[in-house]
Amino acid sequence: MRPWGTDGGDEFMRNRSQAIQRLLPFISLALLFVVLSIASPYFLTATNLSSVIRQTAVINIMALGMTLVIVSGGIDLSVGSILAFSGVIGTMTMVGTGSVPLGIGVGIVCGTLWGCANGLMISMLRIPPFIVTLGTLGIVRGLTLVISGGLPVVGLPKEHGFLGEGTIGPAPFVLVVLVGCAVLTHFALHGTKLGRYTYAIGSNEAAAVYAGIPVARYKVAIYAICGLLTGVAGMIETSRLMTGQPTAGVSYELQVIAAVVIGGGSLTGGAGTVIGTLIGAFIMGLLSNGSDLLGVNPYWQQVIIGAIIILAVALDEARKRRFST
Amino acid sequence: MLLELSSIRKSFGGVRALRDGNLSVAPRQVHALVGENGAGKSTLMKIVAGMLRRDGGDMLWKGRVVDFARPAEAHALGIHMVHQESLLAPHLTVSENVFLGRETRRGALLDRVGMERATARILESHHFPLQANWTVEKLSPAQKQIVEICRALHGEPSMLIFDEPTSSLSDTEAAEVFRTVRELRDRGIGIVYITHRLGELDEIADDVTVLRDGETVHSCPADEVSTREIVHHMVGRDVAAIYDRDKLAPGEVRLKVDVPGVALEVRAGEIVGIAGLMGAGRTEVCETIFGITPAKEGSIAVNGVERNIQSPHGAVEAGIALVTEDRQRTGLAIKLPVRTNVTLANMEAVCTGGVVQAGKERRVAEDYQTRLRMQVDNVEQSAWQLSGGNQQKVVIAKWLFRDTDIVLFDEPTRGIDVGAKAEVFALMDEMAREGKAIVMVSSELPELLQVADRILVMREGSVVAELPRETTQQEIMHHAAVGH
Repeated sequence: MRPWGTDGGDEFMRNRSQAIQRLLPFISLALLFVVLSIASPYFLTATNLSSVIRQTAVINIMALGMTLVIVSGGIDLSVGSILAFSGVIGTMTMVGTGSVPLGIGVGIVCGTLWGCANGLMISMLRIPPFIVTLGTLGIVRGLTLVISGGLPVVGLPKEHGFLGEGTIGPAPFVLVVLVGCAVLTHFALHGTKLGRYTYAIGSNEAAAVYAGIPVARYKVAIYAICGLLTGVAGMIETSRLMTGQPTAGVSYELQVIAAVVIGGGSLTGGAGTVIGTLIGAFIMGLLSNGSDLLGVNPYWQQVIIGAIIILAVALDEARKRRFST
Repeated sequence: MLLELSSIRKSFGGVRALRDGNLSVAPRQVHALVGENGAGKSTLMKIVAGMLRRDGGDMLWKGRVVDFARPAEAHALGIHMVHQESLLAPHLTVSENVFLGRETRRGALLDRVGMERATARILESHHFPLQANWTVEKLSPAQKQIVEICRALHGEPSMLIFDEPTSSLSDTEAAEVFRTVRELRDRGIGIVYITHRLGELDEIADDVTVLRDGETVHSCPADEVSTREIVHHMVGRDVAAIYDRDKLAPGEVRLKVDVPGVALEVRAGEIVGIAGLMGAGRTEVCETIFGITPAKEGSIAVNGVERNIQSPHGAVEAGIALVTEDRQRTGLAIKLPVRTNVTLANMEAVCTGGVVQAGKERRVAEDYQTRLRMQVDNVEQSAWQLSGGNQQKVVIAKWLFRDTDIVLFDEPTRGIDVGAKAEVFALMDEMAREGKAIVMVSSELPELLQVADRILVMREGSVVAELPRETTQQEIMHHAAVGH
């Protein structure tokens, strides 16, 4: 599913029902929005909407990086752990030096380095990404706990709160960060050589190698970008909580992967878009917000999200079967 | 007679794989079935083994008309096919493979001990050097072949069909297979032995049947026919010339390869053909030059400069392109549009500082669409929607755009129709005229003879002959199959 993919954009209106199928994630999001507006008087308020944005920003930004990884035919299970590692090291730097920008910078660099490490192991040791990142999921989480002694980092400078909770005019500051990251990732994926190679590697890695593309190098870059965005998300998380939690982000990887998949990313690679992923992440965010507003038991929310994932992929598969003969 | 086939016909879609297949096999006989790729050997034998149904003709088994809807019906009468090793489950043991799909049980549990004993009995009675509990993964190709034979022997066969059993084996391993085949024959089993290697016929065959273009063209006792005559029967046809190429005056040496078994030089404006049977190492030569399996020793020089090529990336940087034999697997990013595939190997040319110039890229792709007369609606169409010929044009466009000095073509006409073939040859000729050096690997001898300036013949990993353009198919086949 590529709602607005620049790749294949022209054939997009060729067939109306195909277009509707492609727009399905967007239509679902809009429908969900309308239904919630009618069902709850509290939904369409500035307070609630900015709270949805704040809540989903972390998953959303991580999902941007994951989109690249999944389009390249890979997967990164370690993002939840990397989020915590970046947050803890970033906030420790902040507390130690008193500098907020330095702390944020260090956090982002940590995320990027772990992404590099994943990419290097995947391409140099030729181990499947699932295995490598399953390993780093444990390693990074463990190291985070060792470094922090299992205790949250506290006493952060007050100004750090701006990143996650501040506003610019009427808009939450995280929205600005999210839009900035999304525009850059969209451009990287659809407008640059890196993005083109990402699709090529995910579509057919052997063909990419045979075309003379230095695939190993690009894989490292792809995982590094995923790590970088996870570092950004990690610093937002610490700003929202105003602590560096070594246990932050547990099982976030599942929500992040789900956002990409609902948005049309294919775990076999070669398909996925930034806009699709954003829609996927917002669908999940709205479902959880709507359930809260309507008083749905939080246990049921997990059931609903799980079912949505299966439904989204089933529809996507049905679409592919129908149009690929 | 055990088996008598007469006038067997079989078509796949519009393609007639068999027009007039005839074969008679007696007990206690090794009957060799030979022919070029696509002559219909495997099709004929799959009909006998119940894997395909014939469209027409008579099949008699011990004098009675038979018709098999599935392999199990052929098995029930004692007809078994020994497949190439690829059909074994590598993680299971010898005995588990022998009994795969027909396991014996004691109550609800598998009778592991009983099956191992039964397998051991088969192994012992034929003096096969294997243990029933060995894991198949660790076996040599010849040993895997024996496991396949055991699978067939377990059904107490009256007839066994061997489908190119030695194609991936070394000489010593092949000798082991010959010994086994002879021993099975001496026990009264009728054997059909499909092979490409004519050198084996003296060793193993009692009778020989030659298939050509789906027809049985010759059948006689093996000692009444020479290898040269067999080759003549295999290729003896006049193929209408689909392309006629003027020879160019070759320029300076563009590619010089000197690796174990293969020394070759290709000059600017030259098309050098590489012929050989399946498994002779032709594709491997391309893969070595292109850095997929870099040579451990030896050297490769491009335009007089020695290059250490360790990856396809390195090869392309050095100015070498490879049009692979398998477009789906290695030639194209099949889900992506034609535009993307055309520019994939030369993104630098359509990028400014890593940013793709969409308009420029589109113009490049459309330019090649027109020049190469690709039949596509527009360049945004996905590559998988195209015909084989148009896909091949996309692959060629990719390398034309990269503009390498050397282009290797591995089976450039595989899976494309005659019209597209001529166009592909015209493009190769054009590349040569531009001063590129071209290597063409092909199983299609008539095509090699029409396009190549000279032809290297490979056998068992080495170049065994270099023949001029004026050579004949018989001559090439002779070197490829039997050597000097």
